[in-house]
Amino acid sequence: MTILELKQNIFKENEVTADGIRKELKDKSKLMINVMSSPGSGKTTTLCRIIEALSGKYRVAVLECDIDASVDAETIAKNGGKAIQLHTGGMCHMDAAMTKQGLDALGIDDVDIIFIENVGNLVCPAEFDTGAHINLTILSVPEGDDKPAKYPLVYQVSDVVLFNKIDAMEVFDFDIELAKERILTLNSNALVFPVSAKNKEGFEPLISYIIKKCEEL
Amino acid sequence: MHELGVTFYVVRDVKKVAEENGIDRIDFVTLEIGEVSGVINEQLTDCWNWARKKEKVTENTELIIENLEAVSFCECCQREFGTIDYGKTCPYCGGGNTYLLRGNEFNIKEIGVYDNT
Ligand SMILES: Nc1nc2c(ncn2[C@@H]2O[C@H](COP(=O)(O)OP(=O)(O)OP(=O)(O)O)[C@@H](O)[C@H]2O)c(=O)[nH]1
Ligand SMILES: [Mg+2]
Ligand SMILES: [Zn+2]
Ligand SMILES: [Zn+2]
Repeated sequence: MTILELKQNIFKENEVTADGIRKELKDKSKLMINVMSSPGSGKTTTLCRIIEALSGKYRVAVLECDIDASVDAETIAKNGGKAIQLHTGGMCHMDAAMTKQGLDALGIDDVDIIFIENVGNLVCPAEFDTGAHINLTILSVPEGDDKPAKYPLVYQVSDVVLFNKIDAMEVFDFDIELAKERILTLNSNALVFPVSAKNKEGFEPLISYIIKKCEEL
Repeated sequence: MHELGVTFYVVRDVKKVAEENGIDRIDFVTLEIGEVSGVINEQLTDCWNWARKKEKVTENTELIIENLEAVSFCECCQREFGTIDYGKTCPYCGGGNTYLLRGNEFNIKEIGVYDNT
């Protein structure tokens, strides 16, 4: 019998690839933002708002990673973003190798900011570094303010958390202060911005933050 | 939760090792999985038995799982304790300033090929 000892960490290769992507994008002065949330929290709608707000100043592209559909890429394209739909083939999260393939297929020479719309899932997207410079997680009001208690990791790895659908606050008993406190206990560096992607409200601080990060690259 | 996802990585990695070593058939692969890695043995085995058929080299590969104990460390009294039994609270001093030392692993330990006799 022949035995080959590997002692190989399954996450290691992903980390190396992710660091490579991050550095390459930085060298080209391009910012990448990984957007995570449960299904239906408003990732695509929020991205449309961001693209609108940045239009004329920054060219935006989106890697859409639904398990199997292409509606989101069409929505982004209609709103003036450059988009590519990746079919993750049953994979429940984006990883660095898939991100790299997506970036190559999309072509990023003519864009300044790239967003990844990760698979709608709060568990494993948080475990896999995509090579993005910023992790942004959306928590929508109907999901409840206890999500940070149930899925801590995604909030721990996030630089920015958006509370979306605040227009629906009256219907749901979502406590913004409590949710914010829960997030800051997990991650004291997180920036929290309440928004309504539907009503186009609350995006100014987020847009300023993105522009600042772009200029810092 | 993401057993299927990680199964693809195992297939990818062992296939690569097999190619590098001129092996065309792997009989077993042994994984080391920490108790708090979030992966469930039975689900992983199910995913494996489906995914292995996608590649010739892993077609008949048996999956062996070795679980590694999760151990936490208490900052207050500097002692170690079992994470599964006590969670985040130190059983010796009751302190909550503890962190995971190990138990989060997901390693491919080794692959094996039986002799052709
Ligand atoms: N009331 C309200 N509805 C919103 C808001 N933002 C998004 N929605 C609605 O929520 C639904 C889901 O929005 P999407 O933007 O498609 O959400 P998503 O996270 O991209 O969804 P998946 O890609 O399917 O995971 C749509 O019907 C949106 O119109 C908001 O701020 N307020
Ligand atoms: Mg979407
Ligand atoms: Zn996954
Ligand atoms: Zn103690």
